[in-house]
Amino acid sequence: MAFLDRTARSLVLGELVAGMALTLRYFFKPKVTINYPYEKGPISPRFKGEHALRRYPNGEERCIACKLCEAICPAQAITIEAEPRDDGSRRTTRYDIDMTKCIYCGLCEEACPVDAIVEGPNFEFATETREELMYNKDKLLANGDRWEPELARRLELDAPYR
Amino acid sequence: MYDFFHNTDTGIVLLTFIEALALLVPLLIGVAYLTYAERKVLAAMQLRKGPNVVGPFGLAQPFADALKMLMKETIIPSGSNRLLFLMGPMLTFMLAMLAWAVIPVNDGWAIADINVGILYLFAISSLGVYGIIIAGWASNSKYAFLGALRSAAQMVSYEVSMGFVLVTVLLCVGSLNLTAIVKAQQTVWFCLPLFPMFVVFFISTLAETNRSPFDLPEGESEIVAGFFVEYSSMSFALFFLGEYANMILMSALTTILFLGGWLAPFNMEPFTWIPGVVWFVLKICVVLFFFLWTRATFPRYRYDQLMRLGWKVFLPLSLVWLVLTAGVLMAFGWLPNA
Repeated sequence: MAFLDRTARSLVLGELVAGMALTLRYFFKPKVTINYPYEKGPISPRFKGEHALRRYPNGEERCIACKLCEAICPAQAITIEAEPRDDGSRRTTRYDIDMTKCIYCGLCEEACPVDAIVEGPNFEFATETREELMYNKDKLLANGDRWEPELARRLELDAPYR
Repeated sequence: MYDFFHNTDTGIVLLTFIEALALLVPLLIGVAYLTYAERKVLAAMQLRKGPNVVGPFGLAQPFADALKMLMKETIIPSGSNRLLFLMGPMLTFMLAMLAWAVIPVNDGWAIADINVGILYLFAISSLGVYGIIIAGWASNSKYAFLGALRSAAQMVSYEVSMGFVLVTVLLCVGSLNLTAIVKAQQTVWFCLPLFPMFVVFFISTLAETNRSPFDLPEGESEIVAGFFVEYSSMSFALFFLGEYANMILMSALTTILFLGGWLAPFNMEPFTWIPGVVWFVLKICVVLFFFLWTRATFPRYRYDQLMRLGWKVFLPLSLVWLVLTAGVLMAFGWLPNA
């Protein structure tokens, strides 16, 4: 009896038809694709993207050349050289990040006592040559100027959890 | 004009050429858009959007793909048999085009309305194995060879049950002429009285065209891409075109044998206003949608399961149904030409 039952069931292709009904239902469902270059998914305020060096509102750069980020960087991607500026304050003369070495762990951001180096929300910084990924101080400061409103908002949102 | 095209040699050749062009150009455009339709249907069933960047709704995608294919380099492996290596894809493509000569697109719209049309189609589709075997052997690669062997065994197995299904239909028609087969379905399409055979035939065509869930010859999980691993550029494109043209051909065959060809679904006023070609193309599209739908639904068969299905399920089933049909036709005196 069980054999007959099984044979009859397989002959009417019940399971195949059920499977096809399922795929047909999916055919008419709304699609979940995000149309990437035109639509983007949400990004957490903790997202670790492209680096930036921030400034104070008066235009003074935040970085005080303490070299904590350089010391903590597990990939040794950061190179800093520093000497006192004419007004006697300690500033970097060189702040390089090798973006090809960087592992985007965010430790530099965490080590920084003045919130100078941060990882921003930008992840679309692909380049055509390797050299373009050797970021210097000018590039990082420019990034900071470009993303500052967003960077400040992210820091504020994440502050309760730090 | 009529005299020139039907009674002089040059006229007949010219007419045939024009007819072939009128059939093949829409067919190739159809093939191009079948690849687009496949990607769209698969995407929709997987909750994706599919190609939508090139042109409106991605409609120019097939041409972008074709252009990409043409720009690439044709690589001929150093260990391969050059002549056969290039012959394989050409043969596959040519056979896929050749078969269309006998397909009646509308009443009397066949390039060659021969009285053994179905036999011709069957022969051509059997020859398709050669293209694959030649490609697999000439590549001198183990994956290609395994794929070719699988493909050959599979196509031969499923042709047997397909043959019996065809005989069942022929019994009901009493003719091998495709036009006559369609005309015999004036009252009722064969997919209703011969429904089990319709299902068997459809599944066999899936296997015959190496489509999922029977796409073992190109099983990418175990043998990379099967018989066309070594092919690139235009030689690959010819295989690709051949496969999709074969899909359309098999859908056309299914339409002619079981879905009443160019006939309107009901033989009455509003339906018969629409020309037969439109019905024919519409029916082909529905069958093709089933092709894509099964691909989106079912996982690939294991090889022994595939052989079991062909020899131990379809063959007895089609044989029994053949005898049954013959018996019923005899008993009720429904035999045609009797």
